[in-house]
Amino acid sequence: MAKEDKVVGSADEMAKTSWERVNDKVHVWPYLTRLEFMCAIIITILLVVWSIVIDAPLEEPANPSVTPNPSKAPWYFLGLQELLVYFDPWMAGVVLPTLIIVGLMAIPFIDVNPKGNGYYTFHERRFAIFTFLFGFLVLWVWMVVQGTFLRGPGWNFFMPWEYWDPHKVVALTNVDLPYMLGFRSYWGQAACGTVLILLWYATIPAYYIWRRERMKNVGLVRYLIKASLNMTMMGIVAKMVLRIGLNVKYVLVTPWFNI
Amino acid sequence: MPSLKERLNLDQVKRSVLDSQVWRSMFRHGYEDTPRNRVLMVVDNLWLHLHPTKIRRHAIRIRFTWCMGGVTFLLFLYLVVTGVVLMFYYRPVGEYAYADIKYLEFDAPFGMFMRNMHRWAAHAMVIAVWLHMLRVFMTGSYKPPREFNWVIGVLLLTLTLLLSFTGYLLPWDQLAIWAVTVGTNMARATPLLGSEGPFAEMVGVTPRFDARSALLGGTIVGPPTLLRFYVLHCIVVPLIAAILMMVHFWRIRKDGGISGPL
Repeated sequence: MAKEDKVVGSADEMAKTSWERVNDKVHVWPYLTRLEFMCAIIITILLVVWSIVIDAPLEEPANPSVTPNPSKAPWYFLGLQELLVYFDPWMAGVVLPTLIIVGLMAIPFIDVNPKGNGYYTFHERRFAIFTFLFGFLVLWVWMVVQGTFLRGPGWNFFMPWEYWDPHKVVALTNVDLPYMLGFRSYWGQAACGTVLILLWYATIPAYYIWRRERMKNVGLVRYLIKASLNMTMMGIVAKMVLRIGLNVKYVLVTPWFNI
Repeated sequence: MPSLKERLNLDQVKRSVLDSQVWRSMFRHGYEDTPRNRVLMVVDNLWLHLHPTKIRRHAIRIRFTWCMGGVTFLLFLYLVVTGVVLMFYYRPVGEYAYADIKYLEFDAPFGMFMRNMHRWAAHAMVIAVWLHMLRVFMTGSYKPPREFNWVIGVLLLTLTLLLSFTGYLLPWDQLAIWAVTVGTNMARATPLLGSEGPFAEMVGVTPRFDARSALLGGTIVGPPTLLRFYVLHCIVVPLIAAILMMVHFWRIRKDGGISGPL
């Protein structure tokens, strides 16, 4: 794509030439069917060889009285298990996964950019691609890799060359953010946490007012959904930074739930 | 005496087979390379008529599609076939499940191979679905008119993970029950519906009767859970996934191909 970008120049022209290329049609038989056939053969060979060479794992019989350390969820859920370091289970295990699914389903309805429909482009939809790739590659794929290879006994962090020592001692000196900021009374801390969270989401209307002209074709409802999902995703990152960098346990503490 | 070759005229044999009423009742036409025949090859075939007769040129470029949607479907078919074979040998009962896996591995003909195929195809399908989603996003193929098909796709992605997760428990070994324990422990933290979730006391749920115990059929991952996950894995989730797949594929046709404006 990069080479062609230079040749055609403007974004509109780029879209036009891409579209013309897109709408050129060929017969399914044989051009697609032969490709599907080849693809099926290759995948079949890979799968058969893989299944002959490597056996599926089978450990000792299930025993509810012997808990392995570390106990890990299936690998594709390790990104969610990693979130348990930063959030309570109701957030990490229920609210955030739901928001991931809902957020993914919302993508076609909150992305109003008509460009980039049916061809690869980065510069015509920078924000959409950056957001998606950040969520997919960093917050999902990388977390799965980290959870699989770098989390050992006690869900402690181990570098690849380190021995998984089940007796590794990690000082847990986590404190709540309001306490760190000097609030000592119970309700003072709850109020401080509420204000911090509200401030985080206050960036949403603030940005809307600042960029009022640009928001006209997005629409208020669509913008609110889009921005809330984005700020929640970035909120996960913020909480991770606070937890790893400053040993912050909770931002908001209430009698019913903590965030 | 005519030579063997003369008596066994292969061309004639072939022609009489191809011209026979039986053959022609099954296969309406040959492989002549004419535009008309290319169209007939697709529309006259139950399996191929899922395709339109002509498609946009980019839809056959591997660099564009990565072939990942098709690979996902192929792996699903392999999982159905190998899964049915495994069902011949496997009983979802606490006392038998693990022993049946052992029997499968050591005594059943091709048992180990079938189990390996099923396991690795399942892992591969999860990865293929993710890559398919990435490709659809990067080509903007969720944009109008395909918004709803993307939504179906996200549901299918979720169902793929659920299929893999419910299947994870069935070997009934340490890996299985503890991975599922870790996964299902989250359910008791569900707001309102989980016994340890926020506002649980307002609803009055208990560890015995909450979101998690409904999933497990008890308070721990035990034999009732095994049966529940087996039914979910072999009947409920595949059925829903198959229905959504039909919608997914049908809508590709109705929305004018895999991507680009209508």
